[in-house]
Formats: sequence, structure tokens, C-alpha cells
Amino acid sequence: MTITTGTSPAQIQAAGRQRWTKRRRRSERQRRSERRRSTGGVSQANRGYLFVAPFLIFFLGLFLLPLLYAAYLSLFRERLVGGTTFVGLGNYARAFGDDRLIGGVLRVARFFLLQVPIMLGLALLAALAIDSGLLRLSKVFRLSIFVPYAVPSAVAALMWGYLYGPDYGPFAQLAHRIGTGVPQFLTASHMLGSLANIVTWEFTGYDMIILYAALRSIPQDLYEAAAVDGAGAWRIAWSIKIPALRPALLLCLLFSVIGSFQLFTEPNLVQRLAPNVIDSAYTPNLYAYSLAFTSQDVNYAAAVSFLLGLVIVVASYVVLFATSRRARS
Amino acid sequence: MPISTRRFSRRNLLSVVSASALAGVAATACGGASGQNSTAPGAPVSQSDIDKAMKTATTLTFWTWVPDISKEVDVFRQKYPAIKVNVVNPGQGTPAYTKLRTALKAGKGAPDLAQIEYQYIPTFSITKSLVDLRPYGADALKSTFVDWAWGQVTGANGEVWGYPQDTGPMGMLYRADIFAQYGVGVPKTWDEFAAAAQKLHAANPSVYLTNLADNEAGVWHGLQWQVGAKPYTVNGTKVGLDVNDEASKKLASFWGSLNQRGLISADPDFTDGWYQGLEKGKYATWLTAAWGPVFLSGSAKSTAGKWRAAPLPQWSAGANASGNWGGSTTAVVQGTKNPIAAAKFAEFLNTDPTTTKMFNTEQSFFPATKALLADPSFIGQQASFYSGQTVNKVFADISDSVDTSFQWPPFLDESVNDWTDTVGKALGDRTDLSAAAGQWQSRLATYAKAQGFQVQG
Repeated sequence: MTITTGTSPAQIQAAGRQRWTKRRRRSERQRRSERRRSTGGVSQANRGYLFVAPFLIFFLGLFLLPLLYAAYLSLFRERLVGGTTFVGLGNYARAFGDDRLIGGVLRVARFFLLQVPIMLGLALLAALAIDSGLLRLSKVFRLSIFVPYAVPSAVAALMWGYLYGPDYGPFAQLAHRIGTGVPQFLTASHMLGSLANIVTWEFTGYDMIILYAALRSIPQDLYEAAAVDGAGAWRIAWSIKIPALRPALLLCLLFSVIGSFQLFTEPNLVQRLAPNVIDSAYTPNLYAYSLAFTSQDVNYAAAVSFLLGLVIVVASYVVLFATSRRARS
Repeated sequence: MPISTRRFSRRNLLSVVSASALAGVAATACGGASGQNSTAPGAPVSQSDIDKAMKTATTLTFWTWVPDISKEVDVFRQKYPAIKVNVVNPGQGTPAYTKLRTALKAGKGAPDLAQIEYQYIPTFSITKSLVDLRPYGADALKSTFVDWAWGQVTGANGEVWGYPQDTGPMGMLYRADIFAQYGVGVPKTWDEFAAAAQKLHAANPSVYLTNLADNEAGVWHGLQWQVGAKPYTVNGTKVGLDVNDEASKKLASFWGSLNQRGLISADPDFTDGWYQGLEKGKYATWLTAAWGPVFLSGSAKSTAGKWRAAPLPQWSAGANASGNWGGSTTAVVQGTKNPIAAAKFAEFLNTDPTTTKMFNTEQSFFPATKALLADPSFIGQQASFYSGQTVNKVFADISDSVDTSFQWPPFLDESVNDWTDTVGKALGDRTDLSAAAGQWQSRLATYAKAQGFQVQG
């Protein structure tokens, strides 16, 4: 089939070129006039920096400078007797051979593998359930899952510490009543699971809100089209919602990598209840804290913190790499 | 004055301010002069300088976690209206020390005076953070305090690093009703104690003769003190470190045996479960300090009338020895611009008959002064929680039996931390306590060497 039109393709191309050059000329004129309008020698670009200056000042003062200071500290060794000496990377070399640090890193890695899939799975289920519109009182449901996140983690750990109590905690009491064995939440073999439970309880709501917000931004017409094609609620969830949630899930996952490797508050508070299980190097952050404030070894603590940061960067990269490859294949 | 006094030696500072008439500043130099290595105290401050300082309008900052201490401070202010005391609560124990250390490192923001527990004095004197009180008349006060408490505040070269405020000689609180129910006598020796533990637990498996908390290095140190262990001997940068000496080994094997046989419990103390255990009769005794009786009457109210007090069981029949757990001092912090006023305030607070008595009646502190420990109105008090027993008398007698030579290391935090990770862990896990005590020693020795100390033992 041929199309007969009044203009030849060459003419169309020429007209297009003309329009494009005109547009370019107009924008150049605009830019020139804007430059003329800007006063006092402060160019447009520099004015932009003025606007971000408040942020930059705080970023430099409260983040970069302390970071650099910590890096600087990590190159020295201060002793109670004999003062401060420059040791170069000596603290880092020590850290690589420190069984207590390595043990802690492996422990939080295990924690990550154990806890994060459960938490994200629960958050995803809750978000999909609320979004499905099939729940009655969905707002109440949403709020009640989110509330634990609003509870300070110190309070949460104390509360769970009470619940886990091996003698007089409610679970132990219940077990006594029924006559079964008392669940040992605070022993070496169950501690990681008990901590994972506290963290899951605290942060599922947070992840759920992120996922739910992402779900709300999916265009309605996709659902309509799917419905026309005969897809049910499950099929829509599986083929439309979950793929669309990928970026949000990835975000939650990255937050969880950081959160897991920096685990501190929960073990620090539960330590009081089970000092024989949670020692001063149970997690790398706990170890760094104990080094700095108990052992007065600020320099080594700085090196440990830096290495922990490095581990987190590597772990985050591995997670990103793994997920993006899976998406490509 | 913008110059940090701590960075200057005595001579430097004197030359800087030689022309000035600031008596207070000059006296700082005297206090600052007596560092770790000097044996001679700084020149005594003259009475006229003291009189002058106490009449000069001054504000002292005092970091303490003693509740309602303003009542005692008011007594001081009635006598010395020119001196204002700004009481700040920096938190109790570790948080307070962390803040103090940070302020000292920063070179500003440190208080004039601070509450320091006995066991932490060497930790702060090693960093030259405390003022030797001898130039301000401390030596004359030696006989005011019980001997062992004075030993605690005295440095290796005779320095006086603080004034004792309260003490915690250790004794045993026991449940008379449980003892009677199972026919257990009050153990006088540790052998009797072990036999009683077995008898009691066999009769009722849910009752333990005592709870040796796996997080409480303080109790362990107190028991080491009693058995005659000398875990730490400090002389400047030389540290004798033997937390697992012969006496300590005896302690570890005794408690290790009881613990591995399941005859005692090792729950962490001051936790919810522990409070419940006291209240519900899980523990038949509490090996505790002289501040324990009042504490217990407040936290296990439902057991009123069932408890009694006794001395700790002894290692040999007829012996009479104890250790200390807790208690505090008031110390003057290096860098203060008003050392005279600060030293005299610390002295007044802890030696004046009115304030020392108030510490007992208001804060329920167990006294550190000989006068109060012999005061009939104190030792004659009948405690209703203990069915009218004169509990103060029991502990006042125990105070006399505390060894005077026990010392603390200049890195107590680390020792406590290592204890918890080794001995404490073995208690909680019911594993070999003697081996754990060996690990405690090796870990601590490694730390001390890394910190530049010459370690012996």
C-alpha cells in the first residue's frame, strides 16, 4: 500500500531540521538573556551552591570531618603508658587477624541471611494484603504493623527481654502451666533467632510502608488491562505488583544489609540478661564500642569501624550485583 | 583564664601567674605538682590561703549520682555561703566515667569534683586526672575513716586521691524461713556453705542456696578480697597482675564445683528475673554489701520479716575476714581552678558529723567514718524488715574485718570486661571456672602489656 501525500520525505526532513535549528537558536537566546539578568557576578551555577550550602556545611562538619578524623585516629596507637605513636596500617593488620572481630562479622552475616528474608517476606505479604483492598479495617491493620517501628528499640529490647525471661517470663510461665519444657530463648543456640525476632518485629512495619507506597504508585490501567485479559488477584500480584516492587524491595534489602551488619542496640540491651552468651564482641559494632569505651583503645576501635564500613560496602555491592544479574538472566 | 592549667608543670604555671594574686590558681599548681612519680606531697596550703579561698565567691561543679545530695550540700553552704556548688548528675557509674574521661580529654567541661568509686581511683590517677589532697590537710583525716577505706583512697606513694563517702563491706543476707524449713543452719565456713547448698537443693530442686551473678565482677572481686587474693599490685607503670593467684584459684575451684554440680544459680543480677528470684524464694541467700539490706527491703517487700543478716562464711573456722563491694569517694578533678575550695568541700561533705549522718538517714549509705560506725544511734537501729535485728551492727563489725591492702588496677573497665567474658561466661554456661580464671589472667596480661605496662605475674 502506498501513501500519497503532498510533501516528499525530503521536504519533511528539511522542515524538521528547520524546526530543530529554530528551537536551538531560541534556547541560546534565552540562555544569553538569563545570563544577562544574573547580577553581581554570581553565576547561576554558583547560586545553586548557595542553596545547598546549609546541607554541605552539616555534611562536612557532622559527617565527613568526623569520618576523616576517625581515619586519622586509626593510624595511631595511644597507650596508657608511653603515649601516642604512629603505627600506619598496624591497627588494620591487627584487625585482620582478630578472631573476635571475624567471629562477630560472620555472626551478623548469619543474622542477615536468617532474618532479612523472613522480614521482607512478611513485609511484602502485609503490603500486598493491604493493597488488595480485600481487608476490612486495613488502616488499623497497617497502623498496628507499623507501631513497633515507632517504639524505640531500647524499649523493644527491654520488653522482649521480659517476654523471653527463662524463669518468670510469660512464655516460661505458660510452659510451666501446660507442663511442657520451658523454651530457652536466651541460650547460645537460640540467641540469634531471638534477636532476629526482635528486629523483625521492629522493622517489618517500616519495610511494609515502603512497599505499600510503591504499590500505590503502580498505574491503575495496568490492573484494568490485566483484568480484561482475565487475570485474577493472585496473577496480578505475581505478574504485575511484585515485578513493579523490585526497586522498592532492593531499597529495603540494602537498608537491611546495613542494619544487620551494624546490629548494636538489641544485643547491647539483651546482654544484661545473658552476659554468658552475648560477650563484648558479639557483633562488630558492640566490639568497637567496647574497645573505645571499655578498653580505652580508640585507635583500634576506629580501625575496626572502618573495616566494618568496608564490609558493608562489599556486602551491599554483592547484593546489588546478585539481584541485577538475576534480573538480566 | 584561657590557659589550660593541666598542660603546665608547677614551675611553668607559677612563673606565668607569679605576679598575680590569684591564690586559687597558684594552689592548682601545688595540687598538680604531685603526679605519679613524685613521692613528696606538694607544699601544704596555709590556713590563711584556705580562709581566704573559703570567703571568696566561687562556684564549684560537682558530678555525682547520689540522689538528693543537695540536702548535704545545703549544710555546707550554711557554713560557707560564698561557695556555690552546682550539682550535676552525669549518670551512674560507667556513663559518668565515660563523660568525665571525655571532658578531661577535651580539656574543658570537666567538673571541679567528681564522685569516683573506690575501684576506679587508680583508673583515673594513672591518667593524672585527680588532685592529691595532702596539701589541703588530708593526712590529718586518716584516723577519721575506717582503715581499709583509707587504704582504698591512698596511692602508691602516699597520695590521697579522694575522701571516702560510703562503703560496702560484704556479708550474707539469708532467708531464715527457708533455712528453718529445710533444717539448714547458718553456715559459718565455706565448707558448711557447700554442704548446705547440697542439702537445700536436694530437698527442693527449685531453691538454690545462693546466686552468684555471672555479670557481677564486683562480687567476685569482693570474694577475692576476702580469701586474701592480691590480684593487682600497682606501682607507677609497674603492674603486678595475678587475678588467678593461689587464693583466687581456691575461690574458682570452690565456686566452680558448686556451679557445675548445679547447686547454685548464676543468674545476672539487678534484672527482672533476679528481682523475682529474690522475692519468690529462688535464692536462699544473697552475698551482698552493707548497702544491700536497705536495698533488699525496698525491692523484695513481700518477703519482709523473713531475712536475717550474718557475716560471710569463712575459709577457716573462727577466722574473721571480709571484702568490699561498692561505695564511693569524692575526688577533686585535676584542672580545677578552685582546688582549695573543692578540697575543703569534699572534706566537709564526708567528715562533718551532720552531713555524714545525713548520708545514712537520707540516702541509706553505709558509713565510712569510724565515729558513725561506733555511734549507738546507728548500730542500735532495729530493722523491721529483718524482724528487729540490728543489721547495722552486723555490718559495722564486718567493716572492721576488711583487709586494708587490697588494690585495684589502673584499667578496671578492661578487667571487668575480661572477667565477664571468661569467668562470668563459665558461671553462666556452668563450665570449668578454674580454666576460665586462667583465661582472665592471660587476656588481661595481654592487654596490660599492649598498653605499655611492665607486667609482673
